[in-house]
Amino acid sequence: MKKIDLTMPEVEVRETRLGSITSFQGSAGELVKCSGHGRIQGKKRTFSQCIDCSISKAACMVTLIQDAAVICHGPVGCASCLHEFAFTYRVNAPLRNVAHPTQRRIFSTNIGEEETVYGGGDKLAETIRDVYKRTQAKAIFVLSTCAAAIIGDDIESVTNELESELGIPIIAIFCEGFRSKVWTSGFDAGYHGIARKLIKPAKTHKQDVINVINFWGSDVFTQWFAAFGVKPNYITPYSTVESLSHSSEAAATIQACPTLGSYLGAALEQEFGVPEIKTPPPYGVLQTDRWFRELGRILGKSEIAEQIIAEKKATYLPQLEKIRARLEGKLAYVTAGAAHGHALLSVLRELGLKAVGAAIFHHDPIYDSNTQKADALAQTVRDYGDIPNYNVCDKQEFELVNMLHHLQPDVLLARHGGMTLWGAKFGIPSLLIGDEHFSMGYEGLIRYGKRLIEVIENDEFVKNLAKHTANPYTNWWLEQEPYTFLKGKK
Amino acid sequence: METCKNTKFTSINQVRYGCALGAFHSVSAIPGAMPIAHCGPGCVDKQYMSLSFYNGFQGGGYSGGAVIPSSNLQENDVVFGGAKRLQELIEASLKILKADLFVVLNGCIGELVGDDTGAVVDSFQKQGIPIVNAETGGFKGNNFIGHEIVVKAIIEQFVDKYAQPHEQKQKGLINVWSELPFQNTFWRGDLAELKRVLEGAGFAVNILFGNTANGVEEWKSIPKAQFNLVVSPWLGLSIAQYLEEKYDQPYLHIPVLPIGADQTADFLHKVVDFAGIDKQKVDQFIVAEEKKYYYYLEHFTDFYAEYWWGLPSSYAVVGDSAYNLAINKFLVKQLGLIPAIQIITDNPPEKYRQAIIEEYKNLDTDVSTDVTFLEDGYEINTILEKVNYGHRPPIIFGTTWERDTSKKLGGSIVEVGFPASYEVVLDRTYIGYRGALSLLEKIFTTVISKSA
Repeated sequence: MKKIDLTMPEVEVRETRLGSITSFQGSAGELVKCSGHGRIQGKKRTFSQCIDCSISKAACMVTLIQDAAVICHGPVGCASCLHEFAFTYRVNAPLRNVAHPTQRRIFSTNIGEEETVYGGGDKLAETIRDVYKRTQAKAIFVLSTCAAAIIGDDIESVTNELESELGIPIIAIFCEGFRSKVWTSGFDAGYHGIARKLIKPAKTHKQDVINVINFWGSDVFTQWFAAFGVKPNYITPYSTVESLSHSSEAAATIQACPTLGSYLGAALEQEFGVPEIKTPPPYGVLQTDRWFRELGRILGKSEIAEQIIAEKKATYLPQLEKIRARLEGKLAYVTAGAAHGHALLSVLRELGLKAVGAAIFHHDPIYDSNTQKADALAQTVRDYGDIPNYNVCDKQEFELVNMLHHLQPDVLLARHGGMTLWGAKFGIPSLLIGDEHFSMGYEGLIRYGKRLIEVIENDEFVKNLAKHTANPYTNWWLEQEPYTFLKGKK
Repeated sequence: METCKNTKFTSINQVRYGCALGAFHSVSAIPGAMPIAHCGPGCVDKQYMSLSFYNGFQGGGYSGGAVIPSSNLQENDVVFGGAKRLQELIEASLKILKADLFVVLNGCIGELVGDDTGAVVDSFQKQGIPIVNAETGGFKGNNFIGHEIVVKAIIEQFVDKYAQPHEQKQKGLINVWSELPFQNTFWRGDLAELKRVLEGAGFAVNILFGNTANGVEEWKSIPKAQFNLVVSPWLGLSIAQYLEEKYDQPYLHIPVLPIGADQTADFLHKVVDFAGIDKQKVDQFIVAEEKKYYYYLEHFTDFYAEYWWGLPSSYAVVGDSAYNLAINKFLVKQLGLIPAIQIITDNPPEKYRQAIIEEYKNLDTDVSTDVTFLEDGYEINTILEKVNYGHRPPIIFGTTWERDTSKKLGGSIVEVGFPASYEVVLDRTYIGYRGALSLLEKIFTTVISKSA
C-alpha cells in the first residue's frame, strides 16, 4: 500500500505507516541508532493512564479554518471538549492578526442508544444538511468516532452523497481513537481529508508564497520571509478553505513541527509538486543557521540567507551569552510531543542548561518525507550530545512522576497541558509555552531564555505548594524503576 | 432500579455537557475515590479537558485529569474484547495508586463490543477490594445520566456492603443530593455553603462530594441518615427514591437551590420542619447570618441606588436546570429584574419537565416566565437574539457560547455554566448567604466594567 494515496478515504495510522512507537527506555542516542536500523519495537504497558486520541488532533486542525464547519459523528462526549478550540481560536487570534475571530462552528451528531442499534447514517446526513443551512460553511468536515466505526456507519458514502447534493466539499476524516495509540495520527487523518478533497492541483506556482504547516503560533514568518521577498501561507489554523485549496501553488513547504505536518508536507511534495524543506525547524543557533541556508537555497537566494544569519547573530549572540551565564548548568527535564520535544531539547542546551531526561509522547523513526535529514532528534544529539533517561512515554503521568521524583531537575519544560502540574507539586518550576514559534530563531532563544530565568527565579508558588500537596501514588511505586510496567512485546 | 434517560438525542451545536463517561468526575469528587476508565484513548482526556479544565479551570486534583487509569482500548481489543486489559489495569492500579474506593467506568467501546467489566470487577470484589463497576457508555446519555448510574453503582456495590449499622437512623443526619460536580462550575463552593448553612441549622450533613465531604466513610453512613435531601429540580431524585426503597429513608425534594437571605431562610425552615428537629438553632443561625448579609447589602445600596448610568432591567438565563431555576428566583425576588427568556440546557428526562415548567410559572407572586428546553447552541442563540428585552440591553446568565450574542445585543454576560472558559473558579459560590453576595459582586462588576 502506498503511504500517501489520495484516492483512498483513509490514511494508515502512524504505527503501520511510519513504524511509530509510544514506549522506549534508554538514551536519545540509542533511540536514534535503533531508528536508523530497521523497525523498532515498542513495548506494552500493563498499566496506563488516559492519553489523547486522534479525534482532538484532527479537530484542532480543521476547527480553526476560518470558514469551515466541523461535525463530530458520535456520542456527545467525543465533541464536548471541542470548545477548547473555540477558546484557542479567540485567544490566539491577535497573534495572527485576526481582528474579529468568529465563533467556531462545532457540531455533534449526538448518537444515542437508538443509533447504536439502527445506525447513525441518516442522522449524519440530516445534520450535514442542517449545518450547511445554518452556517453556509465553505466546507464541512465530518470526524468519525469509535462508536460510529464499531456500529459500522458508512461515513464516506454519506459525505459523498451530501457533497453532490450541497455542492461544497464535505470531507470525511477517519480518526477513530481506537485505531492508534499515536494520537498525532489524527493530524494525518485531518490533512489527508484536506489533501484529497480541498487542495486543487496547481495551475501556476507562485514564487513568493511558502506554505507553513503549524499550530496557532505567533506570526514570526512574515518578517523572516520578507527579506526573501516571500510571504507565508499558514496551514491550517486561521486559513480559509480558499487559501488552503491553493496550497499546491506555493514555492515550498516548511514545517513548524514535523510531528504535526509530516503527512501534509510529503503529500504536497509528492502529489502536488511543492518541495518540502526537510531540515528540522530553526530551534537553536546551529539549526537556525542550517534552516535559513536551506530556505535561501530553495528560493535561489543564498546570499540573503547569509546576510540574515550574519546580521541576526551580530545582534543576538552577545545577548545569548548573558542569558547563558545565568542558566549555565541548571538541570532541565522535558515532556512534550516528539518534534517539539526535540526542539526544546536543542533550545535548552543552547541556553546552557543540562537535559537530565525527557518523556516524549511518541517516536517516529522516520517522517513521511522518508529522509533521515528530517530527524530532529538525531540533529539535537549531533549538535548538543546525547540525552540520558530519554523515555518515550505517551503522557503516562505515573512514569513522569517517578522520573521527576528520582531526577529532581531544576526546571520542567512542557508543551502539552496536564503535565506541568507535577512539576509544581514537586516544587519544580515549570514552563509551558503554547506558542510553538516562541523559541524559534536567534531571537526566540533570547525570548525563551528570559522566560526561563523568570520561571526559575519565580518559584515561590511551587515551593510553597510542594509542602502542602497530596500524592496519589504509593511509596512502593515511587521507589520502583520508572519502566516497571513496560512488558514484553507490543 | 430505573435509570433516567435524556429526553432526546438531536444533533447539537455548541455542546453544553459531557457524556455518561464524564461522570468519572463524580468519582473524582469523592475524597479518596479513584476512577478507572475502561474506554478508548482520549475519552477521559476529552471529558477532563471539557468539564474540569476549560470550565472554570477547576483542575484534576488527587484523582482526576492525567492520574486516571485508562485501558486506552485499541483495534485489537475491539476485535477480541478488552476484558483482559481491564483485569491487568486494575491489578496494577491497586499497586500504584492510593485510594479507598475504585470505580470502574465502562465506555462506548467496552459496552458496544460487550466486555463483561462486571465480571472482572466482581472477581476483585470477592477478594474484599473496595471496587465498583458502572456501565457508562457515552451513547447512553449525558454526564447527568452517568452521574446517577455511578452513584447507584457505588451504593449498590460498595455502600451496601460496608455500611455502618443503620437499623436505627440518626436523627438530624441528612444525605444531600444536589449539583453535578465539575459540570456546575461552582459546585465546590456551592456544596461547601450548602453544608455550612445546614450545619448552622443544626444538622449533621453527608455532603458526599467535594473537599468538605468526609470521603468513603461518609458514604458508608448514607443508610443511617434520617432522610435524603434533594436540592435540584431533578438530578438526584431517582437516587433518593432508590434509597427510600432500599433503606426505608424518606426524602425531601426542594427544587430551588437557595440564593440570598430570604431564600436560604425559607429553605432551612423547610428542611427543619421536615426533620422535626429543634427550631431554636436554625432561628439563631438565620439571625446571625442575616446580620452579616444585610450589613453588606446596606453598603452595596450606595451603588445600587445611585449608579445613574443604568443597570440592566431584563435578563435571560441559559443553563442547567438547577442553576437556571435558582438564579431566576433570586433575580426576580431579590433584584426585581424582568425575566425575558429562560433556556434549560441539561436535557432533563421527560417525566420531570412539567414540574420544572410549573416552577417558572410561579417565580414570585406576580411573576412568571417562559422556559424552553434546548441543547442546541444555534437555536439557543437564535432565540436570544430575537427576544424583546425592553429599552435597555439585557444581562445574560449563560456560558462562553453566549458571548457573541451578548455582544451583538450590547448586553452583559455572566458565565454561570459549562463551558465557562472565561472564569477561573476556586471556591466561589453563588448560593446561600455567601454565594448571593459573590453573585451580586459578579453581576455588578460585570455591568460596571462595560465601559472600562
